[in-house]
Amino acid sequence: MTATKLGGPVVQARPAPEERPDRRGHLIKIPILGLTTAIAIWAAFPLIDNGAWTGLAILAATTAGLLYLYLTPRHVPLKYLAPGTILLILFQVFPVLYTASTAFTNFGDGHRGSKQEAVTAIQTASVTQVPGSQQYALTVATTGDPATGPLVFLITDPATRQVSAGDADGLEPIDATVNSAGRVTAADGYTLLTAGQAGTRSAEITALAVPTAGGAIRSSGLSRAYEGRAGRAYDVGCDCIRDTATGRTWTADEQAGAFVDGNGERLAQGWKVGVGFSNFTRVLTEPAIAGPFLRTLVWNFAFAVASTGGTFVLGLLLAIALHSPRVRGRTAYRVLLVLPYAMPSFAMLLVWRDMFNTDFGLINNLFGLDVDWFGGSASARLAVILVQLWLGYPYMFLVATGALQAIPRELAEASRIDGASAWGGFRRITLPLLMVALTPLLISSFAFNFNNFNAVYLTTEGAPFPADNPANGATDLLITYTYRIAFGGGGAQYGYAAAISIFIFLIVAVVSAISFRRTRHLEEVHS
Amino acid sequence: MRIRPSGAAGVAAALTCALALAACGGGDDGNSPAGNPSANAAGRQGELVIWADDKRSAALKPFADKFGSENGVTVKVQAISKDQQTTFVTASQQGSGPDVMVGAHDWIGNLVQNGAIDPVQLAAEQTSGLNRNALKAVTFNGQTYGVPYAMENLALIRNTELAPEAPATIEALVKKADELKAAKKVSETLCLQVGQNGDAYHLYPLYSSAGGYLFGTSANGDYDPKDLGVGKPEGVAAFKKIATLGEKGSGALKRSITPENSIATFTGKKCAFLVSGPWAITDVKKAKLPYDISAVPGFAGGQPARPFLGVQSFYVASKGKNKALAQEFVTNYVTTPDLAVALYEAEPRPPALTAAFDQVKGKDADLEKFVEAGKDGQPLPAVPEMAAIWDPFGKAEAAVVGGADPARTITAAGKTISAAIK
Repeated sequence: MTATKLGGPVVQARPAPEERPDRRGHLIKIPILGLTTAIAIWAAFPLIDNGAWTGLAILAATTAGLLYLYLTPRHVPLKYLAPGTILLILFQVFPVLYTASTAFTNFGDGHRGSKQEAVTAIQTASVTQVPGSQQYALTVATTGDPATGPLVFLITDPATRQVSAGDADGLEPIDATVNSAGRVTAADGYTLLTAGQAGTRSAEITALAVPTAGGAIRSSGLSRAYEGRAGRAYDVGCDCIRDTATGRTWTADEQAGAFVDGNGERLAQGWKVGVGFSNFTRVLTEPAIAGPFLRTLVWNFAFAVASTGGTFVLGLLLAIALHSPRVRGRTAYRVLLVLPYAMPSFAMLLVWRDMFNTDFGLINNLFGLDVDWFGGSASARLAVILVQLWLGYPYMFLVATGALQAIPRELAEASRIDGASAWGGFRRITLPLLMVALTPLLISSFAFNFNNFNAVYLTTEGAPFPADNPANGATDLLITYTYRIAFGGGGAQYGYAAAISIFIFLIVAVVSAISFRRTRHLEEVHS
Repeated sequence: MRIRPSGAAGVAAALTCALALAACGGGDDGNSPAGNPSANAAGRQGELVIWADDKRSAALKPFADKFGSENGVTVKVQAISKDQQTTFVTASQQGSGPDVMVGAHDWIGNLVQNGAIDPVQLAAEQTSGLNRNALKAVTFNGQTYGVPYAMENLALIRNTELAPEAPATIEALVKKADELKAAKKVSETLCLQVGQNGDAYHLYPLYSSAGGYLFGTSANGDYDPKDLGVGKPEGVAAFKKIATLGEKGSGALKRSITPENSIATFTGKKCAFLVSGPWAITDVKKAKLPYDISAVPGFAGGQPARPFLGVQSFYVASKGKNKALAQEFVTNYVTTPDLAVALYEAEPRPPALTAAFDQVKGKDADLEKFVEAGKDGQPLPAVPEMAAIWDPFGKAEAAVVGGADPARTITAAGKTISAAIK
C-alpha cells in the first residue's frame, strides 16, 4: 500500500473536472479573440486607404487562420506553435528580409521617395513670384456649399482695391465690399469660407492656380495670393525636367535615381531605385572602405574576445574566491560586486568617458598619469576594454556563482582524497562541469559584444581616427561604423548600411554556428 | 487537459496578433506603419500640427492656441525632443509628419533634397522686416524656404575679473592667458571645445581668420558646393596656423576641452576665455561671474574671424495635411513681433525680426553684444553637401590639434569630402 501512495495514484484518484476549466478557458479565449478581430478591423482601414492589398490579404488570412485555429478543438500542436511563429516572422524574418531588400537599393538622403514624388518636389520648389508682380489680399470663397462647392479666389488689387474672382478659367472683375486690409467681407453670389472651413479643403486651395498672362495666381496661406510661375516642368516625352526660362534639361537616369544634365550635374531631389549588388561590392572593392573594413573586423573580434574572455576570467575568479565557505561576509561582498551591474550602463559609459579625459579625467589625476587615453590607438582600445571589463564582470560573476553552487562539493572533496591538488581538481573536474553550463552564455555574450554599439559609441565614438581617414577609427566596431554610414555625418545611406549589416549578420551567424557545434562536442565528452 | 492549454495559447496568440498588426500595417512596402494618418485624415483636417523642440514648443503653445481660436481651427504643438531633423524627414516620407516644422536653417539643403519642405512666398514688406543675414540664410537655390525667427553665433565670453580687456587678436589672448597661468590663476588658455573628434562649428572663426573657407560662393551669393575650400592651399595654410595653437604649439586648443566640459571649465574659473554662443549665458550667469562678450579674435594680420550664423526658422512641410493653413501660419502669423519676443523669452537668442529685436534689446545688453560679435558672421551653409563636411572636417581638426601633419591631414579630409559630395 505504501508503494502505491508513493507512486502517486493519490493525485490520479480524483478525476479532473472536465467542464469548469473548459468554460473558464472560453471566458478568456472569446474576449481575446474578439479583441484580435477588432484590432484587425481597425488595422484594415489604413491598409484599404493606402491600397495596400497585399498587406490587407495577409492581415485577413492571418486573422482568419487564428480564429479558425483557436475555435476548433483540433490542431493542438499548432495552437502552441502559432504565437511563436508569428513573433518569429514579425521580429526576425520580416526585419531581415526588409534589411536585405534595402541593401539592394540606393535608399537614403536624396533618394527616399518615388520618382513621382521627386518630380512633384522639383516642380513645387521651382515656383517663384513673377518679377515685378505684386501680392494680393486673398479671400477664399465658393459658389456652392462651403464643404463641397467649387473654390474661387477673391483677390484684391492693393493699389486699386478692385476685387476679381479667379478660378481655373481665369480672372474676372466683380463687385464686393472689402475691409481695411483689402480682404473681401461680402460678395454677391459667393460664400466666403472661414479659416476652419478653408482648412478642411487645404489640398484644393494649394492646388488651385488661376491662370494669368505671366503665370498663375496661387495662394500663400489663406489671406495672401501672389502671381507665380513654375520654373521647371516635367516632360513625359523626353522623361526629363526642363527649365522653362533657360531651356536647360535634366534627363532621368534610372540607374542613379536622379535627373542628370549633359554635364553630369544632378538635381537634388532623386528617387529610390534598385542598384543590384553595388552596395555589397562597394564594401569589398573600394580601397577606402575595404582596407579599414578588414582592420575593423580584426579589432571587432579582438574586442569581443577580450570583453567576453576578460569578464569571464575575472568573474569566475571572484566567484571561486567567494565560493569558499571560509570567506566571512560573503553576502556583503556579493552585493558589492553586483553593484556595477545594477547601474545603467548608458550613464556609466558616459562617466567613464569623462574619467579618461587627458586633462580633467579622474584616472590621469588619480594616478598622476599624463596618458592621452583616447588619442592613441592602443591606449584607446585598452580603455574601451577596461570599461567593458568593469561593466561586464558582475554578470559573469553572478552566472559563475550560480553554476558553482550547482556542482556538488563532494566531487572536489573526492578528488582531494584521491590526491589531486586544488588546481588540478579545479581544472579537471570543476572547470569542465562549469563550462558545460557556461559555454552557451559565453557564446551569446560574444555575439552581444560583437555588436556592442554603446560600449564604443558612448565612450570614444570610434576615436582616434587616423589623420587621413575620418570614416574609420581605431576603436570602431563594425556596428558603430555602420551607424556612422547610415545616420552619421555624411547624410543617411540606408542601402549601403543595410549591406554592411548583412555582412555583420553573416559573420556573427557563422561564428555562433561554429561555437555551438563545438559546445555540443564538449557536452558529448562529459555526458 | 485538452482545452486548458489551448486557452492559454489563445491568450498568447491574441497578444501576438495585437503586436503583429503593427507590422501587418506596414507589410505592404514597409513605408506605412499602422496608425497611418490617412485613417484619421478625416479627423485631422482643419487642424494644424506643429513640431518643435521641447523649449520652443512650450513657448509656441499660447500663440498657437491664439492662432487657432482666431481662425476656428485646432492647433497642436508637439514637442520632439531628439533628432528633430531625422524624425521630421522620416515622418514626412511616411505621411505622418507635421504641417509646420521649427528648426535650424542648415537643415534646408537636406530637407529640400528629400522633398520635405516647400518654399514660402513672402511679401516685400515682410522680408524688409527681417534681418538681412537671417533672410539670406534661409535662401537656397534662389528660393526662401523658411521664415527665420532667431539667430545665434559664437562670441568670446571672458571673465572680466581675470581679463578686463577684450583681446584684439588670438595671440594677445594667448599672451594674457599665459600670464594668468604663470600667476596660477587659471590652468587653461582658452575654453574652445574641440573634443576627441573635433568641432568644425567652434573652430570656424579661427579657420576663416587664417584664410580658410568651406565652400566658395557663386554669382548669386549662394554657396557653391563645387568650390570646396577644405584641402585647397588656403585651407592648408589655415590649418598650419591652427596647428600653432594646438597641443604641440601654444596649447590654446586641446582635445581634452570637450563639448561637455568647456562651459563648466570656464564657470569653474579654470580659464578666462570661453568661445560659445548665447546658450552658454544661462550657465555663466548662474556661476555669478563678472563677464563680458566680444567678437572671437582672429590671428594678428589675418582676416576677421567669422563665426557661423545659425538661424532658427519655421518651415512648411510639403507633405502636411493642411498646407494652406500652414502657409498662413508661417508667412502671415510668425512674422508678427509678439511671437518672436515670446520665443526669445523661452531661450535668449537675438530675434530675426527687426521690430522684435528692437523691442528686447534694451532689456538685455548681452543680446546686442552677440549680434555685434556676429556682424562679420557667415550664414551656415544650408547646401545638402554640408552634411559631408562636419564629420571629416572636425576629425581633421582634432588630428591637427593633436599634432598631426596639417598639410597631409587636410588634403586627405578634402579628398574624403569631395568623394562624398561627387
